[in-house]
Amino acid sequence: MITVDNVTVGYGTAGFIKAVDQVSLTINDNEILGIAGESGSGKSTLMRAVYGDFSTGLRIQSGTVTGRFEDARTGKVIEAQSSQFAPLWWDQLSYIPQGSMSVLNPLMKIEAQVVDGLPAREKQGSSRALRQRIADFLAGFGLEETVLDAYPHQLSGGMRQRVLVAIAAFVNPRLILADEPTTALDVVVQKKILLMMVEIQRRQRNSLVLVSHDLGVHYQITDRLVIMYQGRIVEQGPTAEVFANPQHDYTKNLIASLPRLHGKRAVEVVGASA
Amino acid sequence: MTGAPILEVQNLTRAYRKGGLFGGSSFKAVDNVSFTLPAEPQVFSIVGESGSGKTTIARMILRLVEPSEGSIRLLGRPLSGKSSDRIDNTEFRRLVQPIFQNPFEAFSAYLPVEFYLRRTALNLKIARNDAQAVEATDLALKSVGLSYERIRGKYIRQFSGGELQRISVARALIPKPKLIVADEPVSMVDASLRMSIVNLFRQIVEEQGVSFIYITHDLSTAYYLSDQVSIMNTGRVVESGAPTEILDNPTQAYTRELMAAIPTVGQRWGELADIDRKFGYADTRQKSASTHQTINHNA
Repeated sequence: MITVDNVTVGYGTAGFIKAVDQVSLTINDNEILGIAGESGSGKSTLMRAVYGDFSTGLRIQSGTVTGRFEDARTGKVIEAQSSQFAPLWWDQLSYIPQGSMSVLNPLMKIEAQVVDGLPAREKQGSSRALRQRIADFLAGFGLEETVLDAYPHQLSGGMRQRVLVAIAAFVNPRLILADEPTTALDVVVQKKILLMMVEIQRRQRNSLVLVSHDLGVHYQITDRLVIMYQGRIVEQGPTAEVFANPQHDYTKNLIASLPRLHGKRAVEVVGASA
Repeated sequence: MTGAPILEVQNLTRAYRKGGLFGGSSFKAVDNVSFTLPAEPQVFSIVGESGSGKTTIARMILRLVEPSEGSIRLLGRPLSGKSSDRIDNTEFRRLVQPIFQNPFEAFSAYLPVEFYLRRTALNLKIARNDAQAVEATDLALKSVGLSYERIRGKYIRQFSGGELQRISVARALIPKPKLIVADEPVSMVDASLRMSIVNLFRQIVEEQGVSFIYITHDLSTAYYLSDQVSIMNTGRVVESGAPTEILDNPTQAYTRELMAAIPTVGQRWGELADIDRKFGYADTRQKSASTHQTINHNA
């Protein structure tokens, strides 16, 4: 699906600030790939480079990001560098950003925003039929049709985020990139959205890349896991394997610092060191 | 240690009006909540989702919102009302300090961070002059593992989220308060740094005798950190007690739902297996380990 080959990515026009440093990875067909790491580790920059969004002064200094998309309808294979991905956005690959409020237009109802992003071929036929198709799709994830008539501020944060996930999946793209899609949300809502994303991936048999700093989320839903630290990949492998047998010290620390619902508590830890 | 409880919250209710100017209805964000923090320093956690009323309780304790009904007593003295032993503002702010969710919003971007710490010392009359303010600031910063020298002249964007949150903890410690109200203090902090902040809270409780009200949606850090936990749902406390008791033996369906939604490591959600089965997806987690690799950079 996507091959990232020894890519170095950064920002700036005058100087060059490196954010991703000599990274190589593959995104396979039909898998959920997790990317973990703390803020500043380069996860989001890598995502933007894979999505091919260079509008923010992002630049690939060396290396390549190559995509190979097979059109499900025509069977035609498209091969391109990420700088040429823009015409494929939404159709072949879509992006779910973190802040749903800053992405959705506050002055447009949800229906108009969904329709706005669709490729032209989806818009053929009557707008009523299209609305019905969108409503049916949303219903599959427990979202009622009334959502379409709401403005973003009338929905809760969790609801908005589910709408974004639904928009990203509606046209059946081959690759969905989700950058911290549940970070600001409560656990109950987070679980709903994660289950929704897994269900979409299993149904559509496409690829989902999930960026999150929460290792618990990766343990739950990803098939393969990439750990980033200071712009580099320090470890990658099947998720269960990375958790069972972490190789790099940074990964070991990350796993060790996860809070658990049973076992050791701060009273014991701090009390012991004091 | 004996003495008046740090905080007594009794039948606390906060109602908001909902709907039009006429008609409309009343909505209780916090509904008849009572709890007590005894004199011994400890961490009391209030756990709930958005809309559960936990932040409204925090705001009432911080005197940012007036209760509709019920009372809050700090060290035996009323926080609101007109009685003569009501705590005045300066004294209140010396006794109770807040820590908020987003440290980048807690300080202005246009002044060096240490300015706010010195201001806190001067405003609360902890220090009489600049030299004393610097001294009080340095002392507080040292107790969170930083120092005045290290942060001097720096602006918020020159710090990481974890570091800046440590600085807001230090700011709260300057007046040597009795109680710190921390509203989601680690939800913006990276997972790898979260535990170090949580451990810092415990250290402050034990070394400086400060009590914490820890407000969070994260049951796992609440379990790890606290002496008492209250679980809130739609304005009410549904369950409270020692964290080990609650988590080992939750009596309420809501508590169980909250626990089941935490993405823990070790056991996958049952729903995921259902989805895999529904779409005939083979669990790739069983695949061989041959592709697992560490990358050693020799930079």
